[in-house]
Amino acid sequence: MSGPNTNYDPVEVAALDPVTVEAARVAALEAAASATTLDELKAARTTHQGDRSALAQANREIGALPPSAKAAAGKLVGGARGAVAAAYARRQRELEDERDARILAEESLDLTMPSGRPGLGARHPLSLVSERIEDIFIAMGWEIADGPEVESEWLTFDALNLGPDHPARQMQDTFFVAPAESSGLVLRTHTSPVQIRSMLSRTPPIAILCPGKVFRTDDLDATHSPVFHQFEGLVVDRGISMAHLKGSLDAFVQRLFGGHIATRLRPSYFPFTEPSAEIDCQCWVCYGQDISCRVCGGFGWIELGGCGMVNRRVLTAAGIDAEVYTGFAFGLGIERALMLRHNVNDMRDITEGDVRFSRQFGMEI
Amino acid sequence: MRVPVEWLRELVEIAPGVRGRDIAADLVRVGLEEEGIHGGQLRGPLVVGRVLSQVPEPQKNGKTIHWCHVDVGANGQQLTHGIPQEIVCGANNFDAGDWVVCILPGGVLPGNFEISARKTYGHMSNGMICSERELGLGDDHDGIIVLTRYFADRPDILESLEPGMDAIALLGLGREVVEVNVTPDRGYCFSMRGIAREYALATNVDFRDPADIEVPVATGPGFPVRLVDERPIDGRVGCDRYVARTVRDVDASRPSPPWMQRYLTEVGMRPISLAVDVTNYVMMLLGQPLHAFDLDLLPGDIEVRRAAPGEKLTTLDDVERTLAADDLLITGGGEILAIAGVMGGASSEVGPATRNVLIEAAHFDPITVARSSRRHRLATEASKRFERGVDPQIAPVAAELAARLLAEFGGGTIDSTATDVGEPQARSAFDFDVTHPTRLIGLEYPREEVVGTLRRLGCEVTESAGSPIVSVLAPTWRPDLTDGPELVEEVARVRGYDQIPSVVPRAEGRGLTHAQRVRRVVATMLANQGLVEVESYPFIGNGLFDVLGYAADDARRDTVTLANPLQDEAPLMRTSLLDTLLETLRRNVSRGMRDVAVYELGLVTRGSVPKGGAPILPVSSRPDPESEARLYAAVPPQPRHVAFAAAGLAQGSGPWGSSRGFDASDAVTWAREVGEILGIQLQVAAATMAPWHPGRCAAISLPDGRVVGWAGELHPKVLGALKLPARTVAGELDLDLLTEASLAPISAVKLSTFPLATTDVALTVDETVPVGEVEAALRRGAGPLLESLSLFDLFRGEQVGAGKKSLAFHLAVRAPDRTLTTDEVSAIRDQAVAAAARDCGATQR
Repeated sequence: MSGPNTNYDPVEVAALDPVTVEAARVAALEAAASATTLDELKAARTTHQGDRSALAQANREIGALPPSAKAAAGKLVGGARGAVAAAYARRQRELEDERDARILAEESLDLTMPSGRPGLGARHPLSLVSERIEDIFIAMGWEIADGPEVESEWLTFDALNLGPDHPARQMQDTFFVAPAESSGLVLRTHTSPVQIRSMLSRTPPIAILCPGKVFRTDDLDATHSPVFHQFEGLVVDRGISMAHLKGSLDAFVQRLFGGHIATRLRPSYFPFTEPSAEIDCQCWVCYGQDISCRVCGGFGWIELGGCGMVNRRVLTAAGIDAEVYTGFAFGLGIERALMLRHNVNDMRDITEGDVRFSRQFGMEI
Repeated sequence: MRVPVEWLRELVEIAPGVRGRDIAADLVRVGLEEEGIHGGQLRGPLVVGRVLSQVPEPQKNGKTIHWCHVDVGANGQQLTHGIPQEIVCGANNFDAGDWVVCILPGGVLPGNFEISARKTYGHMSNGMICSERELGLGDDHDGIIVLTRYFADRPDILESLEPGMDAIALLGLGREVVEVNVTPDRGYCFSMRGIAREYALATNVDFRDPADIEVPVATGPGFPVRLVDERPIDGRVGCDRYVARTVRDVDASRPSPPWMQRYLTEVGMRPISLAVDVTNYVMMLLGQPLHAFDLDLLPGDIEVRRAAPGEKLTTLDDVERTLAADDLLITGGGEILAIAGVMGGASSEVGPATRNVLIEAAHFDPITVARSSRRHRLATEASKRFERGVDPQIAPVAAELAARLLAEFGGGTIDSTATDVGEPQARSAFDFDVTHPTRLIGLEYPREEVVGTLRRLGCEVTESAGSPIVSVLAPTWRPDLTDGPELVEEVARVRGYDQIPSVVPRAEGRGLTHAQRVRRVVATMLANQGLVEVESYPFIGNGLFDVLGYAADDARRDTVTLANPLQDEAPLMRTSLLDTLLETLRRNVSRGMRDVAVYELGLVTRGSVPKGGAPILPVSSRPDPESEARLYAAVPPQPRHVAFAAAGLAQGSGPWGSSRGFDASDAVTWAREVGEILGIQLQVAAATMAPWHPGRCAAISLPDGRVVGWAGELHPKVLGALKLPARTVAGELDLDLLTEASLAPISAVKLSTFPLATTDVALTVDETVPVGEVEAALRRGAGPLLESLSLFDLFRGEQVGAGKKSLAFHLAVRAPDRTLTTDEVSAIRDQAVAAAARDCGATQR
C-alpha cells in the first residue's frame, strides 16, 4: 500500500475528481442492486468496496491533499463510501433473507405422514370409571378397602343377615366352591364381605368404599355378565342417620354426573339393612324433561342400586356395638354407570377384552 | 305381583280418573316398585260385528281362509259406504250369523300392532276379526271370539249386542294391570288384600278388608287331620295350623264365572276349572294358598309329616321326585299326596267328575317350604307365599270364602263341620322407643305420628305415660315386623322417604393406600407403553395346567374348583392371570387385531379349600379371635398380579423403515419398567419356567433376590395348543411383592457437579455368558464412582473366535468431591475389567 504523497498536486489527482467519485458511487450502487445471489454480491463488493476500488483509491488520496482541501474531499468521498456500505449491507440482508426463506421452504415436511412410532395403549374404561368414583369418595374423606374374591360364606352371607334359609339368599345365584356343602367358600356375590372385614378390623368412625369384582351365575348377554364390578359404601359412627346416607349419595352423583342432580330413595328390602331403600338418580341428560331421552327412557330417574341403615344384626356380628353406633351402607354397579355415562349398549363389549373397546376412550374419562 | 286396577277398586276407594300409572306411583312411594303397566294399550275402532257371509277359500299352502262380510253398523267400509266390511279371516270356529269382534283400519292392538286395510289372499281385507289373545284378554288363540259363546251366561249382554257397538267397553279392554315387585319381607303383598292395604296407607284412603267375612262356628269336627313332626326345624313345627272344609255335590265341570276368569287372567294365571280357579282366586285375594282335594279319591285320613329319606312322589308336573327328610308331606291314608306348601301329586286331584271337594288352608313353616322348594327346584305360587310368611289367622277365612264360591258356582253345599287343628305360634309384643325413628332417619317424627302410623299398619300399641318406650304387637299379616328398625322403616316410608334431608357426613381418611397407588401407576405406565388394559373371566379348564406344561407338583396347580361353574369345561379359578389373558389375546387376534399387546391387573387364587372348609360361625356376636383367625386362614391366598402378553408386530414397516415383531425383550422390558416406575431395580436372569420357551425366559427378581415373576417368549408347544401366533411373548409379576418392596421411601443421593468422565471397554466372553452377568461384574468392579454403564456393541466373528462374543460398553464415572484424573478413570476401568475377567472369564480386546 502506498503512503500519502505529500508532494502531489491535488488538482492532478484524478481519483478525487467529483465526477469520478460520483461515477464510482453510482456504479457501486448499481452493482449491489443487480446482484441476485450472495456470491454475486460478494464479487461486486470486492470490485466496488475493496482496496482496489475507485472509492478506496480516492479515500487513500485524500491524505495527499493540502489541509485546506481535505475537509471537502473527505466529505465527498466519505459520503459516497457510506452510501455504498449501507447499500451493500442492506442488499446482503435481503439476499440472506431470500436464501433463508428458500431453505425453509425446501425443508418443509409432510406432517400428515404417519410416523410409524408405536402409539399409546389404553386403560380399561371400567378401571377409569372406578378410579374416578374412588377419588370422589377419597375427596369426601373416605378410604378404599379391598378384599378377596374367593370368600368365606360366613362373611358373604351369614354375617350379613342372609341366613342359610333366607329367601333373599335365593335372589342371588351364587358360585359355590366345591364341595359346596362343606367348603364354606363362595365367589363373593357383592363386596359386602369387605365391609364386614373392615368392621372387624377397624374401630369407628369408619367411612370406606369397597369397589371390586363380584360374581353371579348369570350367563353373559347384552345386559348381564357372570363377573361384574360393584362399589359399596359403609359409614359407621355415633349418630349416623339416613340423612347422612342421602347426603353422601347426593354428593356422589353430583360429583360424578355434575350439576345439581338429586337422588331419590324408595322403600325396599335388603336383609343387611333396615330401613332399606332403592337409589334412583335424576337423569343427568334430560332432568326428566325429555320423554324420548335415551339415557333414562323418559322416566327422568335412573335406578342406581340399593342402600339403607346397616341392620343391627350385621353390626353385632361384625363386632360393632349397635347400642352405641349406627351406620349406613349402599351398593352400586360400575358397569351400569359406565354403560349409562358412555352409551355402551352391550355388556359383552366391556367383558370380552377386545382392545378396540378400550381404545375408544382416553385415559381420563 | 300383577294388580288388576278394577280388582283394586273393589277394596279401596280410587277416584274415577286415576290411571294405572298414578296407582303405580303411589305404590312406589311405599316400597312396591313398578315393573310395568299392562293393558290400556288397545286403540279402536274395535267394534261388535255380525257375520253376514263367510266363504271358505282353500289356499295353495294348505290353509283355508274365510272371505267374510261383516256388518259393523255405522262404521261400514269407507270406500264402499253402506256396504258391510270385507275381512279375510284365518279362523274357522264361526259361522254366518255369529257376533264377533272386529278391529278396523286405524286401530292398534296390544304390542303396538297397527291395523290397516291390506291386500291378502287375493282380497282387500279391511280389518281383522280378533281372538282373545290378540286383544290381550287371555291365551286362547284357537279361534276368534264368538260373543254368543263368550257371553253365554250373560243373556242381558247378548240381547244388547248391535253391529258397530264399541267393543272396548264391552270387553273391558280399557282395564289396566299394574305390575309391582314385591320384596321378600312383604309376603302379604302377594295378595290383593296386602296391596290394597299398602295403597290405602300410601294415599290415606279407607281400606275394605276382604278377610272381614264371618266364619260360622263349626258344628263338629270335619275331615280327620293329624299333624306330626318329629323333626322340627329350629324348634318350629312344619305345620302349625291346618284348616279343612268340605263342599259336597259340586258340579266341578261347570266353568268359573267370567269375572273370576278375567281377574285370574289379569293377575297372570290361566283359568283351568272351577275348583282350581276358586282356590287361585282366594289365594290372590287373601294371600292364603289353598289346595282342593277330590274327597272321594282321598285314600284315608290326612296326616302331615316329614318325609322318610328315599320316599318318592310324582308331582303334578309329571316329575318323580325323591324326597328328603326335611320335606314336609301331606299324606292321606298313608299315601303321599303333596309336598306341603309346594306342589301336589296327581292322585287326588280335582277333576270334572269330582262331586265332593275338601279344601285345605294350612299354615306351613317358611323355612321348611323354602328348603323343599329349593331342593326340588320348584318355585310355585304357593311356595312363594309360604316362604315369605302367610297370615296364620287367615286360613279359616280363606277356606270359608273358597267353600262359599264353590257352592255358589258349582251348586254344592258346605258342611257345617270344619277341621282346624294345630297351634299357631303366638305373637309376642316387643318394646319400641318412639324417638328411634328421629335418631335413625335424621328427621323429626313426633310421638303421635309414630304411634299413629303403627296403628294404621295394624299394630297394637300400648303406651305408658311419660315413657318413650311403647309395647308393640305386630299384626298377624306382618311376620316381618319383629324389632325396632323395622318399625322405623314403616314410620319413614309412610311419611315418605322424599322427606329425608341430605346431610354430608364428616370423615377424615388418609387417602389411597400405597398398594392402591401402585396399581394405578403400574396400570397407567403399561398403557403409556402401548399396551391395552383388558379384563378376563377368572374361570379355567381342568386341562389347562397340562397344556401350559406345569410339572405335577407345580404350586400353580393349587386352586379351588367351583361346584356350579357356568361352563362345565371351566370349573377352576385361575392361578395366574396369563391363564385367561392369553385367551383374550387370542380372541383379539382372531378378530383381526394381529398386532396386539394387552395387560391385566387382578387377583389370582393360590391355594385350595382347607381341611374341613371355612367355618360358619354364629352371628349373635363378634367371632372370638381364634374363630376369626380360622375364618381368614380358610380363605385361600389371592395375591394381586399384573400380566402382559403381545403378538405380531411391535412396529409395522412403512416409509420410516422396516417392521419389528414383538420379541422376548419386549416382555422383559415391560417387567423391568414395572419395577422402574415403582423405583425398584429389578434383576433379570435366565430361567427355565413353564409356560415359557426354555431358552427365552427370564426370571425377574427383587434386589434381595426374591423372584417376583417371569417374562419372555412362550413355549412353542403352548402357543400351538392355545392357537396363539408364533413368537407370542408374555410376562407376569406378583404386584403384592412389588408393593411391599416399594413401600420404604427411597433415599436420595446427593448430586455431584464435577465433570463426567467416560471410557469404553471391549470384552470377549463365551457365547453362553449372559450380558447381564458381564454388566453386573463390571458394576461390581467399577465401584461406587460408576454413574452409568451401557452396552453399545455386540460382535461375533472370526476375529473373536468360535463360541465367543465381543461386548463393548460405555462407562461413565464421576466423583462426588473432585474431578477425576485420567489415571483414576483408567484404574476404575481396569478394576471393572478385572472383575469381568474373574467372574465371567472375560478378556479385554
